[in-house]
Amino acid sequence: MDLSYGAEAEAFRAEVRRFLADNWQPAERRGAELKEFIRAFRRAGVERGYLYRSVPRRYGGSEQPVDVIRAQVIREEFGRARAPLEVGGNGVNMTVPTLLEKGTEEQRELFIRKTIEGDYIWGQGYSEPGSGSDLASVRTKAELSPDGTRWIINGQKIWTSQGMQSTHMFMLVRTEPDAAKHDGITYLLIDLDQPGITRRPIRQMTGEQGAHTFCEFFFDNAETPVSWQVGGRGQGWYVSRTTLKHERASIGSADGLGNQFRKLVDLARETGRIGDPLVRDSLARIEGFVLAHRYTSFRLFSCAAAGEDAGPVQLMMKLYLTEIGHEMALLAQELIGEYAFIEPAGAGGRGPRGVRGPEKWLDQIMGSLGNSIAGGASNIQRNIIGERGLGLPRDLALALEAGAEK
Amino acid sequence: MRFHLSAEQIAIQDAVRGTLADCWPMDRLHAFADGADDFDPASWEALMALGLGGILLPDSDMGLLDAALVNEVAGAAAAPGPLIGQLLAVAAVARSGNAAARAHLDALVAGTTVAALALGDSPYVQCARAAQVFLVGSRESGLALVEAGAGVVIEPVQPTDRSRPVSRVTFEGAVRHELAAASDPLTAQICDAALVLVAADSLGGALHCTDISVAYAKEREQFGQPIGRFQGLKHQLAHMALDVEPARALVWYAAYAHDAALDDAPRAAAMAKAHLCDVYVRSTRAAIAAHGGIGYTWEYGLNYWLRRAAFNRAWLGSPAQHRARAADLAGW
Ligand SMILES: Cc1cc2nc3c(=O)[nH]c(=O)nc-3n(C[C@H](O)[C@H](O)[C@H](O)COP(=O)(O)OP(=O)(O)OC[C@H]3O[C@@H](n4cnc5c(N)ncnc54)[C@H](O)[C@@H]3O)c2cc1C
Repeated sequence: MDLSYGAEAEAFRAEVRRFLADNWQPAERRGAELKEFIRAFRRAGVERGYLYRSVPRRYGGSEQPVDVIRAQVIREEFGRARAPLEVGGNGVNMTVPTLLEKGTEEQRELFIRKTIEGDYIWGQGYSEPGSGSDLASVRTKAELSPDGTRWIINGQKIWTSQGMQSTHMFMLVRTEPDAAKHDGITYLLIDLDQPGITRRPIRQMTGEQGAHTFCEFFFDNAETPVSWQVGGRGQGWYVSRTTLKHERASIGSADGLGNQFRKLVDLARETGRIGDPLVRDSLARIEGFVLAHRYTSFRLFSCAAAGEDAGPVQLMMKLYLTEIGHEMALLAQELIGEYAFIEPAGAGGRGPRGVRGPEKWLDQIMGSLGNSIAGGASNIQRNIIGERGLGLPRDLALALEAGAEK
Repeated sequence: MRFHLSAEQIAIQDAVRGTLADCWPMDRLHAFADGADDFDPASWEALMALGLGGILLPDSDMGLLDAALVNEVAGAAAAPGPLIGQLLAVAAVARSGNAAARAHLDALVAGTTVAALALGDSPYVQCARAAQVFLVGSRESGLALVEAGAGVVIEPVQPTDRSRPVSRVTFEGAVRHELAAASDPLTAQICDAALVLVAADSLGGALHCTDISVAYAKEREQFGQPIGRFQGLKHQLAHMALDVEPARALVWYAAYAHDAALDDAPRAAAMAKAHLCDVYVRSTRAAIAAHGGIGYTWEYGLNYWLRRAAFNRAWLGSPAQHRARAADLAGW
């Protein structure tokens, strides 16, 4: 084994560093000026083949051959320079890969460039009040307009992250009420700026309310062109499998977890508990999991680079991350002691925060719970590990509906 | 960049696995467990015939990672014999300048001279009655090779771990060849390597417990269905897999860090030992619970792994002790 990236990658790293030194000098720029600077910087990054590597040039990407090592070097160097990477979010992580795999030429032309440049922001319109883990039970319905050119949509979507910012949504709707559960769903793209759509922020348990919480959307004869349908009519369930695959791959981040663990050690120092043998033991115990997650990420990365299948461990990464987050929350709660009495400024969200003390860990303590729900609840992950990973027989109720869960 | 096993490494594991399947089936383990011996010559010879003895020779093209992979398979099979002691004795003797110790090297590599591990200040030594030499010492006192015979007093005890029985051993006035002083980096390297190999043995044991529990859940029927269909049990099994599978990479990393002489190698060894020994104990308990009554029998044999897990956990320092070291080494 060898964790060095090799001479070729190091030469590439030097090249990326030179690019960053020449092009990433945000200096004193603020507001609109900074925004324009970032946009131009990203364009230069695409030009050089650093950003949107899997997106063809004709849609605004840099169309590079798959090279996970180079991609990692780019992430590391951009991170070190605190330079902006790709726009991120649902659009880049889900809409774009789905359109590249299943979209029409018209859809790719219409949406990909605008999405990667950050003009279009996408909400994920999957969950409904009655459909969560049992996603294929969605009831929001779409019917063809009399002239057959538009879908007319009625129903409700809920828990939409970034909903207040979103310009567009990709959604699962029921179009064939008489078909079998999984075969009656169609995958639609929709412009959210229209009279038939009402959106409302939902206040989160973190205390956060207003523009940065998840939302609910009401569709009352909302419309979208039939040409914005991705994949065949009634094929939406299968189209959505592409997006969830991408979502899973983007959630598990070893570097983020490592940084959070280092901050937990800092918290123990800050609260004067670092010398406490019980705290030291808890920290080292949690670090065992953090490192196991990190080295397993190396393993997955290495298998991906070699084009080999890493096996069932891939299915475990989301639940592993969730469980480690819980453990860190429990220790953080011990460490912050009475700071837990104080609601941190800008709790749970992105409001103005100012200087925050140990109470800021309440963000992690509450926020880490999101992982156990969003993107497939933990029990669903356990089902996936047990059934797809270990080959255990499917639950009888679920076996009746092939591929029923999220 | 490469952080997964090569085809050769997988082939070595398969070879060891196949050998142990032939020479160490459950009925052999049962017979051994109820016998009086602390060593099984047949399986030892079969393993040594694979050339495992030389894995940690300085000029070998293998390293601690390969040794760990072999010990993982040995742990999965609850293999008898002082495999960890043998590999480390070869590593230490071959790197020392002591001619009298080096005179044993060829026979150690071939496995015809058996070496038991007696690191630390515990009097308990596996397979002591079979050993012709002992690798003794500690981080504080350095390493030595002690010859069996005069001055080595061995008192058998009823062992908990039936696959690698221990005895109580004292070394007073025995023939002793100094291998490395406490200040010699070799001393710490061998002590760290021992932690990695115990972690690897534990990994293998935990994987075995998970695998047979999953296999049993597919076969055993209750309420007219395989029990693995019930979500409660399915989630227990998913958690067993979740506990052990990502932890595999912790062993790989610790062994790789040792081979590549990375700065964090000593700490990685401590973390791997602490984490995997905890995982192993949890896995064996979960496996027995997942099996129902059959798991609670002697006959089914899961107890051998539970016992081995109990041994590995306490051997060469408990998880809490190694976490305390890891905290110190991190400068917390
Ligand atoms: C912070 C956050 C952001 C989100 N963002 C979005 C978004 O942008 N777009 C979107 O569409 N959705 C989003 N969601 C919704 C999320 O996908 C759902 O909440 C999730 O799929 C669970 O569905 P549910 O809330 O209906 O819970 P339910 O499905 O009702 O689950 C409730 C409980 O029952 C358990 N359960 C359910 N089924 C089973 C089963 N078969 N076996 C065992 N246990 C079971 C679950 O594990 C859970 O503990 C978000 C959620 C959160 C918390």
